[in-house]
Amino acid sequence: MLRVVAPGVLCTVQDLGRSGYQRFGVPVGGAMDRVACAIANRLVGNLPTAACVEITGGGAVFEVVEPCVVAVTGADLGATLNGQPLPMWLSVYLTAGRRVAFEGRRSGARAYLALAGGVDAPLVLGSRSTYLPGGFGGLGGRGLQMDDVLRPVPGQAPRDLIRLAGCAWPVAVDYALLIRILPFHDPSDLRSADLTAHPWRVGASSNRIGLRLEGPPIQTSQSREVISFGVFPGVIQLPPDGQPILLMADAQPTGGYPVVAVVIQADLHRAAQALPGDELRFAWTTIAEATHAWRELQRLLALPVEEDDGTALAAASRG
Amino acid sequence: MTGWRILPMGEAAVLAECMLDDVAAANAQALALACALQLGFDILPAIRSVLVRFDPLLWTVDEVAAHIRRQIDQLVPTAQADGQTVVVPVRYGGEHGPDLDDAAQSLGLSADALVAQHTAQAWRVLMIGFAPGFPYIGPLPASLTLSRRATPRPTVPAGSVAIAAGFTGIYPARLPGGWHLIGRTDLTLFDPMRQPPTLLQAGDRVQFVAV
Repeated sequence: MLRVVAPGVLCTVQDLGRSGYQRFGVPVGGAMDRVACAIANRLVGNLPTAACVEITGGGAVFEVVEPCVVAVTGADLGATLNGQPLPMWLSVYLTAGRRVAFEGRRSGARAYLALAGGVDAPLVLGSRSTYLPGGFGGLGGRGLQMDDVLRPVPGQAPRDLIRLAGCAWPVAVDYALLIRILPFHDPSDLRSADLTAHPWRVGASSNRIGLRLEGPPIQTSQSREVISFGVFPGVIQLPPDGQPILLMADAQPTGGYPVVAVVIQADLHRAAQALPGDELRFAWTTIAEATHAWRELQRLLALPVEEDDGTALAAASRG
Repeated sequence: MTGWRILPMGEAAVLAECMLDDVAAANAQALALACALQLGFDILPAIRSVLVRFDPLLWTVDEVAAHIRRQIDQLVPTAQADGQTVVVPVRYGGEHGPDLDDAAQSLGLSADALVAQHTAQAWRVLMIGFAPGFPYIGPLPASLTLSRRATPRPTVPAGSVAIAAGFTGIYPARLPGGWHLIGRTDLTLFDPMRQPPTLLQAGDRVQFVAV
């Protein structure tokens, strides 16, 4: 059990989201980086559907109220345990009174903290994910605040915590901001160079709904009004100003802007690790390569965890 | 299988769009197709289209597209049954509908005539989109068709009844919005703790009543 000492830039409870509710206008939501979230859960022995804390940027501090096992994955936000570096991609046993802090961003944007037993929050439309614009899910539909308490789901907290500690993830996850895309609809309408010739800067108003990309405006002939149709995380829209929007987890399920490309599902977690000011690049790919990449990613997520007692115990005893 | 466009949307989704000019007819077709496809796929019907998402390790884009085409060939155009009819009481104009007079003027109508047309018949819910529980209702006749406001409002009160682009809609929550606000209702359009979470679903009919 953890108490929030400081929420930093933004901490929210997230799981895999609300598939199946898009016909009610509800976004899929859930973890922006589903790969890191899934691995964090694996490391602490949780089901894939368990909720984690999504930590964006630096400044978050947690105090251990009752002994627990956690794992931190995703972005390197300078995680420390009582001031000493906290190893990432590893499950760690924490005794009461210790502090886990995220000092500041070194790489990436979002870290995931999994708690053995899963972070408890009411299920809303089948998910514990926080949807900030709608004010529901997670803890009260809002970001974490000072003195919020993160408990494991009742009945899910494992008895033998120490045995869970020391599980390490065997391979590094590739977070290069080189994002593979597939053309949509009418590639002749868009010169491929327009999207891939130069990097795109992530704009200041980017958030969990979408990344607003800044660069030389893209001209297309699609000026007609488009009747809204279904969209999803990974879809790249082109509003009239020619600055693309890459839809992310909290995107509305329908959109009326023309779509120019779609990020392959296997690269979406990379885009999730970009913050305003970062630059990302696109590269065209094929459906065959996209499917291969997805298969490889699923294979990676199914890898067995490694026992790494030495590091975990060392980390636990340092604090 | 004419009048449809089937487009891959990445490696894990296919969009089927009904190209009929008649929006009401295209919407009926889209909802019928969504019904026919709902077993085994993640389906999202919209105004004139159906988005089908799937696991690319189980299906290929070509297989899903072929499956959609087979279902389209078997669609019975009249099979679309209407859902429930929901009466929506609306306070038109004044503080509840600050754009009523301007909208009426742009349409060459009196405010009363606009309200009379808006309440004259039960419209169809074509899609829930834009925000949780936001219904796209219509299609409205040309006499009620206005383009969106030049400058969207940063916030629109919950329950606002609005028109734009040939549709009428109801804001389920306080949201930014570019539609013309003609009235307001006290009904709750979206409640995430309710099952289903929305008052309205695609295929329902809405009868606005002035109160």
